[in-house]
Amino acid sequence: MTTELILFFSLALIAIITGLGLLISKNAIYAALYLVLNFFTIAIFYLLLGGAFIAMAQVSVYAGAIMVLFLFVIMILGAEKLGKSNTVAWQRPVAIILSIILLIEAGYVLFWRTAPVQAAQTLPDGFGGPASIGNVLLNNYLLPFEITSVLLLVAMIGAIVLTHKQKTDKEV
Amino acid sequence: MAIEFLPIAILFVLAIALAVFIVFLGSIFGPKRYINTKMMPYESGMTPIGPGTRRMNVRFYLIAVLFILFDIEVIFFLPWAVVFRSLGLFALIEMLVFIGILLVGYVYAWKKGALEWE
Amino acid sequence: MTTTDLLSVFPLLILILWACLVLLLDVFLKRERLTTILTAIGLVVTLGFSISQNNLNLTGFNNMVVVDNFAVYLNIIFLGSGLLAISLAHDYLKRMGINRGEFYVLLMFSISGMMLMAIAADLIVFFLALELLSIPLYVLAAFARPRVESEEAGMKYFLLGAFSGGFVVYGIALVFGATATTNLSGIAARIAEHQADIPLLTIGAALILVGFSFKVAVVPFQMWTPDVYHGAPSAVTAFMAIGAKAAGFAALMRIFVAALPTLSEQITPIIWVLAALTMIVGNIVAVAQSNIKRMLAYSSIAHAGYILMALVSYGQSSVASVSVSAALFYLLSYAVTNFGAWAVVIAVEKAEGKGLALDDYAGIGRKYPALAAAMAIFMLSFTGVPPTLGFVGKFYLFRAVIDGGYIGLAVIGVLTSLISAFYYLRVVVIMYMRDGEPEVRSEPWLNLTTAFTAIATIVLSIFSAPILQWASQAILSTF
Repeated sequence: MTTELILFFSLALIAIITGLGLLISKNAIYAALYLVLNFFTIAIFYLLLGGAFIAMAQVSVYAGAIMVLFLFVIMILGAEKLGKSNTVAWQRPVAIILSIILLIEAGYVLFWRTAPVQAAQTLPDGFGGPASIGNVLLNNYLLPFEITSVLLLVAMIGAIVLTHKQKTDKEV
Repeated sequence: MAIEFLPIAILFVLAIALAVFIVFLGSIFGPKRYINTKMMPYESGMTPIGPGTRRMNVRFYLIAVLFILFDIEVIFFLPWAVVFRSLGLFALIEMLVFIGILLVGYVYAWKKGALEWE
Repeated sequence: MTTTDLLSVFPLLILILWACLVLLLDVFLKRERLTTILTAIGLVVTLGFSISQNNLNLTGFNNMVVVDNFAVYLNIIFLGSGLLAISLAHDYLKRMGINRGEFYVLLMFSISGMMLMAIAADLIVFFLALELLSIPLYVLAAFARPRVESEEAGMKYFLLGAFSGGFVVYGIALVFGATATTNLSGIAARIAEHQADIPLLTIGAALILVGFSFKVAVVPFQMWTPDVYHGAPSAVTAFMAIGAKAAGFAALMRIFVAALPTLSEQITPIIWVLAALTMIVGNIVAVAQSNIKRMLAYSSIAHAGYILMALVSYGQSSVASVSVSAALFYLLSYAVTNFGAWAVVIAVEKAEGKGLALDDYAGIGRKYPALAAAMAIFMLSFTGVPPTLGFVGKFYLFRAVIDGGYIGLAVIGVLTSLISAFYYLRVVVIMYMRDGEPEVRSEPWLNLTTAFTAIATIVLSIFSAPILQWASQAILSTF
């Protein structure tokens, strides 16, 4: 077994354990912290695949910013301790069936694919790194890049409109 | 395999090892006295007020959302900064447009008082 | 970037920059009236630039956007809807005490998302356009906060919208996995070269279909529609019912007709079932509604089913372009009629969600004959009775479906139209036959909108040839 394979399986084990911990823990804060660990493991997966930039984005955006939002929301709602779970009766069987379908689909993609997408080729040096992403982003994907900033602007306006208390003239 | 990230991995391992080592040293050499005051949660030196699990103000939500949005913005700076020299002026203009649009949002948030606490 | 790139997105660019400017002016000057006027000017100017793109057939940004007549036609619908929405909204917002400048800014951003959807030719651009048009709509649906219904509408729309966005992204990922590209022309080329993984591509395409079906409210993905249409401020609902639907169908038509006609063997049965279900469920459930907003919500679901019929024959290249132009014409006729009906709803609506029951329309026929006549025209047009736009739209649509050889579906369409006559004409009966003391808001812009759409519904149906000519020129550029 190569080192890469050993690394992959140990990371996969951590990812699965943290994923289960996230599902099982009764305290929402613990669940969120499991999720942080899970995000970190996935970031290392990206790194193994050569996606250095994605790995960094995963750590900084998901494990950083989005988890801060998760924790804030949990604390704002005061939902640290989950009460009695009132799940719908058919939820569990449906979830199991859907996960089996997902597994079959993943298995299909991995093993029974009719045509390979592209012959396995050696990736160019630095593929997936910040430099190659930057080149692609600022040349080929210029339009999506600029639209993203508009999207962020709209999200910002929306968040402020929906949560900020409107100052009336009396209060000013 | 991403061998160029080995230094970072070593750094992580060293940092964790050092932290474990220091805690270990403290547990060996430090005196162990259990006083009530010492068992209190540490809140920057002052006596804690109220329980630690009380509900937080909803205003934190807006702060967190704005943080995410600007965090995503900053993420886009990195690939740009790396290739800035080779792409030159054109990339600079693209980035300025990107920042300019978000700056509109910043000015709006500021003027709306979304960044003020009261 | 070249001049062609810039030219292809020029109207979009103008609108986005204008929206930013209006946002800043609004927050600094705090004059709502100025914001309204500036927004209207911005939309008119963008409309002018959009029309000037007719027959240009540009592609830009490495084939990421395609400005063909199809896109121009839809952009005109989007911008026109925006203008009508403003004329409905500016008095309505004041009356409901929610007159905030952000409404207009978000409206402009939503329209820019729709315009991007119409010109998109790359799956990534489709996704960004979907989000750009949806996020402002989520906020607008909750715009009447802290009214509970409005907050609920925003929340529901957001959750299900995000969920459906997930379907679209997953579908895009699978399509990318099957073809190694996200560009529609690239996908078409891969399929033609037999280099695509067809089962994977089919799953991906089906997921994209599901995702956009949420957006256009196709059964069984319609659960959010009644609550959102009911809870959102009426002016927003009017805009949402047209804009989001037209944009969703634009994406479906562009992706399936232009890039995936070879998948029709697998996808057509799905669309057939979806269209049939949507027409049946939408029309039957609408019969049971006693609230006008909910009734119009179910009616919008039913109309989504009619438009979806046009996609059934998308694989047959001889019928596909006729079907697309029939769908485009139907979208226009639905847009005009729908705005008119919502204008009447807004005129009758009172604060705190009152004046929305069907019974509140009793006596309008005697007290406000002009308004009642307009509403009767809109209801007849929804049903598809001549001489209204709705009839002409349904006529071309059914003809295209029969040309494609789907007579069973056309029969379902005709039968469900008969059912729809029951609840549409009930409104007319209540207005004229029952006594009541209705109070109606009269305001110049609102009256103008009602009159304009009512006249357009009749006149355009009589002189429908030029519009149909225009719609039939609005063909998709194929790859």
